[in-house]
Amino acid sequence: MEVKDIIKDENLVYSRPKLLTDKITHYCPGCSHGVVHKLLAEVIEEMGIQEKTIGVSPVGCAVFAYNYIDIDWHEAAHGRAPAVATGISRVNPDKVVFTYQGDGDLASIGTAEIMHAANRGENIVVVFINNAIYGMTGGQMAPTTQMAPTTLLGQVTATTPCGRDLARNGYPLKITELIGQLPGTAYVTRQSVHTPAAVRKCRKALKKSFENAIAKKGTSFVEVVSTCSSGWRLSPVDANKWMEENMFPFYPVGDIKDAEKAGAELFMQQNLKNC
Amino acid sequence: MGELRLMKGNEVIAEAAIRCGCDAYFGYPITPQSEVMETLMAREPWDETGMVVLQAESEVASINMVYGAAGTGKKVMTSSSSPGISLMAEGISYIAGAELPCVIVNVQRGGPGLGTIQPSQADYFQSTKGGGHGDYRLIVLAPASVQEMHDFVGLAFDLAFKYRNPAMILADGAIGQMMEKVELGDFVPRKTSAEIDAVYGSWATTGKKASRAKNVITSLELDSALMEQNNLRFQEKYRKMQQDEVRYEMIQCEDAEYILVAFGSSARICQKSVELARAKGIKVGLFRPITLFPFPTEPIAELAKKVKGFMTVEMNAGQMIEDVRLAVGCAGESKPVLYFGRLGGIIPTPGEVVDALEQKLIGG
Repeated sequence: MEVKDIIKDENLVYSRPKLLTDKITHYCPGCSHGVVHKLLAEVIEEMGIQEKTIGVSPVGCAVFAYNYIDIDWHEAAHGRAPAVATGISRVNPDKVVFTYQGDGDLASIGTAEIMHAANRGENIVVVFINNAIYGMTGGQMAPTTQMAPTTLLGQVTATTPCGRDLARNGYPLKITELIGQLPGTAYVTRQSVHTPAAVRKCRKALKKSFENAIAKKGTSFVEVVSTCSSGWRLSPVDANKWMEENMFPFYPVGDIKDAEKAGAELFMQQNLKNC
Repeated sequence: MGELRLMKGNEVIAEAAIRCGCDAYFGYPITPQSEVMETLMAREPWDETGMVVLQAESEVASINMVYGAAGTGKKVMTSSSSPGISLMAEGISYIAGAELPCVIVNVQRGGPGLGTIQPSQADYFQSTKGGGHGDYRLIVLAPASVQEMHDFVGLAFDLAFKYRNPAMILADGAIGQMMEKVELGDFVPRKTSAEIDAVYGSWATTGKKASRAKNVITSLELDSALMEQNNLRFQEKYRKMQQDEVRYEMIQCEDAEYILVAFGSSARICQKSVELARAKGIKVGLFRPITLFPFPTEPIAELAKKVKGFMTVEMNAGQMIEDVRLAVGCAGESKPVLYFGRLGGIIPTPGEVVDALEQKLIGG
């Protein structure tokens, strides 16, 4: 049997979403952004909402998100994406609006905008890529930069060359847990995309979030604990391992709040105790 | 004749916004302009025209809400006062860089810093020379009456959409707070989604259709050769404004030997000063720039050929005087251009202006 005999429509189990453009990626090998972009393209395509979805891209590595998914986009200033999304959504209630933001963008410079957008219960989806570092500017400390349990020292970055120091830098910010406490949110979850199973779960979380936005249930917030091989100075494989060992204990994966489900709050309370 | 009412300058901004078919207002309270949002909230225009009114968590958020909504082709605005406008500077730069239309009202108060809540014109530089980072300009309109507060809302939107550029109404606490008779405009319906698609579909984020490529609102261009082209396009737009949009008023300038140059509240005061001076036999006229950008350079240059000298009257330390000097100097004239003003929220009296005119310009 030759390859051409195998590649037939009836054997097709997977294909690239049509909404992903042919643009060659600018992301580094092993970066989580590409996977999350693909999931967004899949979900928007599957839900048939291309014509009414508007994405808001951040400042950071994902500033060019608009190059990869074939929908209308609005590129926001650093941290301001939730305010931009509020503006779009309020004057166009028939549209589905999402923001795509990194940890520096959302959890540092943009804390006011995300907290208040979520607290107003804007009918938007927020995709939060947490890789615990500033990727685009060269790997500086982020608000989510770790106190790594395996090393006793904080994470080494370009601005914490001896490791994050609690006395100097304060604590890593669990912003997703904070957002989970806001009554304006419908669904707050933490996911990852480092294994096929995790990718499937993340896809499900994104789809649920877009459904919530259409049903006007309030803000849905999906954190994706992610890798930054370049910023972490690790190979893609080692970066996944480092993430599992060092990030998951502090940023456990799971639903933090699901307005439809009891039990999510309990998860959050236990998680807060572990801080 | 339209409906007549006695209204505050700030209140009429709100009324004019509703009547001209504005789609949304996003704002944050700050004295002396809080009545703009208060009036809008009390009027509940969402029931009447469908206009959205939202109180944001900060001026930073309100201007970014404007940025987002303007990107969809909607007619949107915000208002604030000096410290709040400083906070908006980042967003205004992005809006100018992304070439979006919107209206920003600045009801100025005295600065720097927290300054005072009393009227001032100290944001002239900030408004007319850019204000945020990068080479950009705003269309800046300076109302001198409550009627103009009304009229300039519609005008600012027209100009903003004509040039796809933010337009600012630069008022001050005196015009914002004072009450005058005002003739209100007729109601203009808001544009429908279909109309917006038809008119602005080539750039607005109205949702990607199969019939067109995706629209991206951005000010980012990492290729310097292309970014230079963008900048040159902006400059061409500003040149076109300079050519076509200059607006000004001349009062008793025909036989004048001396010219007072003043905008906004200062111009109202100078109208009285002209009367007082003329009663003393001084041949003085008032030149009032209505557009501060584009600045009426040529009309001032023309006057420079005929008169003995100019005195700017400003509620700041002398900011517009630089543009008047440029206009006079570029005309090849060496006529004196002097300044009189009060600072920190003090409003000059008409008499003070006449004294300064006599002592500085005529006696000097």
